[in-house]
Amino acid sequence: MQLNGKAHKFGNDVNTDYIISGKYKFKTLDMKELAKHVMEDLDPEFYGKIKAGDFIAGGTNFGCGSSREQAPLAIKYANISAVLAKSFARIFYRNAINTGLPVVECDTDLIDQGDELNVDLAAGIITNKTKGVTIPVKPLPRVMIKILNDGGLVPHFKKFGGFNFD
Amino acid sequence: MGQTIIEKILSSHCGQTACANEIVVAQVDYVMGQDGTAPLAINAFIEMGGKEVFDREKVAFVIDHSAPSPNEGVSALHKLMREFTREKGFRLYDIGEGVCHQLVPESGEVGPGSLVIGADSHTCTYGALNAFSTGVGSTDLAGGLISGKMWFKVPETVKFVCNGTLPPGVFSKDLILYLIGDVTADGATYMAAEYVGEAITALSQEARFTIANMAIEMGAKAGLMEADEKTFAWLSRFTKRKFTPVTADRDAVYTKILEYDVSNLEPQVARPHKVDNVVPVSEVAGKPIQQAVLGTCTNGRLEDLRIAAGILANRKIHRDVRLIVAPASRRVFLDAMAEGIIQTLVESGAAVVTPGCGPCVGTHNGVPSDGETVISTANRNFKGRMGNSSAEIFLASPATVAASALTGKITDPREFFV
Repeated sequence: MQLNGKAHKFGNDVNTDYIISGKYKFKTLDMKELAKHVMEDLDPEFYGKIKAGDFIAGGTNFGCGSSREQAPLAIKYANISAVLAKSFARIFYRNAINTGLPVVECDTDLIDQGDELNVDLAAGIITNKTKGVTIPVKPLPRVMIKILNDGGLVPHFKKFGGFNFD
Repeated sequence: MGQTIIEKILSSHCGQTACANEIVVAQVDYVMGQDGTAPLAINAFIEMGGKEVFDREKVAFVIDHSAPSPNEGVSALHKLMREFTREKGFRLYDIGEGVCHQLVPESGEVGPGSLVIGADSHTCTYGALNAFSTGVGSTDLAGGLISGKMWFKVPETVKFVCNGTLPPGVFSKDLILYLIGDVTADGATYMAAEYVGEAITALSQEARFTIANMAIEMGAKAGLMEADEKTFAWLSRFTKRKFTPVTADRDAVYTKILEYDVSNLEPQVARPHKVDNVVPVSEVAGKPIQQAVLGTCTNGRLEDLRIAAGILANRKIHRDVRLIVAPASRRVFLDAMAEGIIQTLVESGAAVVTPGCGPCVGTHNGVPSDGETVISTANRNFKGRMGNSSAEIFLASPATVAASALTGKITDPREFFV
């Protein structure tokens, strides 16, 4: 899958409260509504700046904090096509894969705000078109590739009736 | 090759020898969801084609994050949880029963060697009972409810050796804040933490929960301790079940071993807006506060309330401060009433709210105003965490919070322990 869009840069330790605040997420399961508040405490205008297909580029420990799955879902429903970061907090990482939001570990120092990127998930290559550089990607664990290929954990369970990694 | 505690627990639940960095599918002993995560899991359960939960006795939902409901949106989600648990025939802890991470240990279902998943990041709390317990999201929760299994990457382990004796007025909360400040918010990401040493052994079981609870704040998948007679004495209040303790082998392989001497540790405070932004209380003492919070899954247990009551007895909190108290569970609430602790706290000026998470997680029960400063016994001080991104949150021990409520400014509590 080829993804193309602009990068929106964030710093280290972007926690799930910043991604979607607790004051919204307990009230509704309407992810389109939650998406309007994505990253609100870091940038109140953020939702309005997103063009469909854009990327979030974070630093280290992206998605730390609570286990709320509304975090990757709010990002996904805000039309962000993938999150790139130097490292991810583990629960967010699992949740993203389970809900079908691509997450990519790579050196985001090679990406600046507004850079145009091409992300080839199958080949594991990011091209920073603005800077003319390619950025290597840390491969996903085998189990996660399997879940992503099935379209997330729900389709995986539908298909196999449970975990099946053989 | 020797094994760490988590390698042993995973081995006994997956039918093979589990070594760090392998992927295993393991049986789980208990599965928990709360009102922030269970509603999405119910949707996923239905979409996955789930019919029944894998074992009705090993599953529970808890309504604690917005309890009682502050608005109709939350009420609809609570109703969904009530209907689902009734239909599937498993336990729902409804409003007022307490915070999930107090209720699961009190259920007696979890102890040494158990493997637990909970759809809440602070599920790592039960590591203080020598169990491997970890937080997952809603879709994983649904998978666990249906299959009774979960996949894990077996984590590497970092060992924290805590030597020495904590001085008077310095508590397990100060110790874990110090450790998080030292290794930072991603210092143990993807790893298990083992907390050992004489300073850990000397802690009460209740104080140990505080340390395991905050393992996630250093990124860890689990925060484990060994079981001892205090662990079994605590468990015996809730269950007759026999658990077998799990110890690390002498030749277990650790990624890192970090040694500390706690004998000169000062009370610690995490400054806004990160949990690892930790300093000794002396560096922030004197900062005026408007709200103080005593409670949460970190520090809402009987011992925590007792320590605060010891400081507040026969005194009034500062006129410019609101003190909000949320006991961790109904049992804690009842025990604190029987002991006169609630009487003491209320007489000092505290407002006691329903056992639950509200004041920590920004849903209700004490959202601060713009520009206000809060000192709290909770585990997170992220900007906006308490429902207002223009407020500042400092994290500290129950003693520091009580002392600060009394003086109206951040205060070193050690003067109350001489």
